Amino acid sequence: MFVSQEYKEVWILKIYADNAATTAMSKTAVEAMMPYINDCYYNPSSLYSCGQAARDAIEAARETIARCIGASEREIVFTSGGSEADNQAIISAANIGKKNGKMHIISDNIEHHAVLHTLKKLEKEGFAVTYIPVKENGIISTNDIENAFRSDTCLVTVMYANNEIGTLQPIKEIGDICKRHGVIFHTDAVQAVGRMPIDVKAQNINMLSASAHKFHGPKGVGFLYAQKGIKLSSIIEGGAQERGFRAGTENVAGIVSMAAALEEEISLMDTNAKKLIKLRDRLIAGLSEIPHCALNGDKQNRLPSNVNFCFEGIEGESLLLLLDDKGIMASSGSACTSGSLDPSHVLLAIGRPHDVAHGSLRLSIGEDTTEEQVDYIIKSVKETVEHLRRFSPVWRDLSAGKAEFIL
Amino acid sequence: MPLYSEKVMDHFRNPRNVGVIENADGIGEIGNAKCGDIMRVYLKIDNDIITDAKFETFGCGSAIASSSMATEMIKGKPISEALELTNKAVSEALDGLPDYKMHCSVLAEQAIKGAIEDYYKKEKQNE
Ligand SMILES: Cc1ncc(COP(=O)(O)O)c(C=O)c1O
Ligand SMILES: [Zn+2]
Repeated sequence: MFVSQEYKEVWILKIYADNAATTAMSKTAVEAMMPYINDCYYNPSSLYSCGQAARDAIEAARETIARCIGASEREIVFTSGGSEADNQAIISAANIGKKNGKMHIISDNIEHHAVLHTLKKLEKEGFAVTYIPVKENGIISTNDIENAFRSDTCLVTVMYANNEIGTLQPIKEIGDICKRHGVIFHTDAVQAVGRMPIDVKAQNINMLSASAHKFHGPKGVGFLYAQKGIKLSSIIEGGAQERGFRAGTENVAGIVSMAAALEEEISLMDTNAKKLIKLRDRLIAGLSEIPHCALNGDKQNRLPSNVNFCFEGIEGESLLLLLDDKGIMASSGSACTSGSLDPSHVLLAIGRPHDVAHGSLRLSIGEDTTEEQVDYIIKSVKETVEHLRRFSPVWRDLSAGKAEFIL
Repeated sequence: MPLYSEKVMDHFRNPRNVGVIENADGIGEIGNAKCGDIMRVYLKIDNDIITDAKFETFGCGSAIASSSMATEMIKGKPISEALELTNKAVSEALDGLPDYKMHCSVLAEQAIKGAIEDYYKKEKQNE
């Protein structure tokens, strides 16, 4: 079988390199949620003291989370995760705009589908959306944003960090521009919260979406920050929870756990970032030795955890399956992994042609990743790319000079 | 449940008949890099019998496994039988493919038919 025996012991120990998809829950997060699953299971809307204890736990979590991003607790609404927060932020800002006769939105072409699909829906309802194309390094030009403003612009929504290629956007600069224009600025910070320092006031962020499972908290819980004065529209109708902005009995254990996870991540942020950047750059340097490959996204201006490459002449799904055989869990933007016919819109947006975009690999490392694992990943990817190229008709034509290399 | 059957994984991990046949009697290629799967099939044909078949594939696990299985199924068979090979038969021989992966086995069937067509064309030119 195509697995080098010398590494058998390492690959039996699985290597998780898909932290952009989700993260393992921290011990702190698991322990924080236990009392609210086992003992304090009461409905926070109930009047008796045990119910009020659950209410208190939610409010304490709200305070913690607000402090973590420089907001005040009345500005935090708990949601079912990043997607819901994105939906609610954009729809709320759109409703405010519509009331004032402003129906133009500015965004970009590498947003998460939670944002893009919500914008598409609004376009069907008569909104106009300008999607600013990012530069080849995956970063948006603030000049392009400045130039996109119209008299009827009601919202700018630009993600903090991209989930596929990890690029960080100039959030404070965008916030400043929006403030000058008096337009609401929302950022999908799902990939950034807990990994990058955030101060919504200093960065002039008016709305921000986050998801607990990306920072070692539980799945199915997140939050939306909305600056005081921005009237939220509720997406989930029902009871009066979350001051009427989000109906449904609160996920008490999830909310408490999310706050504990975030607080811990922020206390470890600097230490983690230093360590991750070193490992990330080692991984990038190692994989760059593979012939005809390219790093996707900016080399420096990217999440400390993110590495994303395209390898010419091979397809991503087969690469992932063989890496799984070697104990490495990763992800790809190829069409065959997503079940659609098109490869990742992010890779196409940074100018990768279809042929090349199919051969992408995203490795998102975590705090537990070791240097030894990074070296094993490098060796494994090298072997696997070489193996797949050996019987790729595309690679044959490229090496025979019948087609031209793109990378 | 894993995405692919054990059979698919076996043919994907240890693909049979990979490579090139120099001076092949028929070559068929199908798909393009735009959609994500490309298959090239090489046939050696003697007296209307497929004496050897090899393939090269750029594509997903399902595309590679289908190429491997399809070439196995036509080796040593008369052309007439190879022409009757369907993607359904290839998929069944692999203990099934996920619905959205069926198009990958269609490519294997088409690449083989393309190689046989190429063989007939070359034969005609030689007459
Ligand atoms: C940038 C970004 N936005 C939104 C989401 C959606 O978050 P959730 O899975 O919590 O709904 C994700 C998660 O994949 C993401 O990476
Ligand atoms: Zn496929």
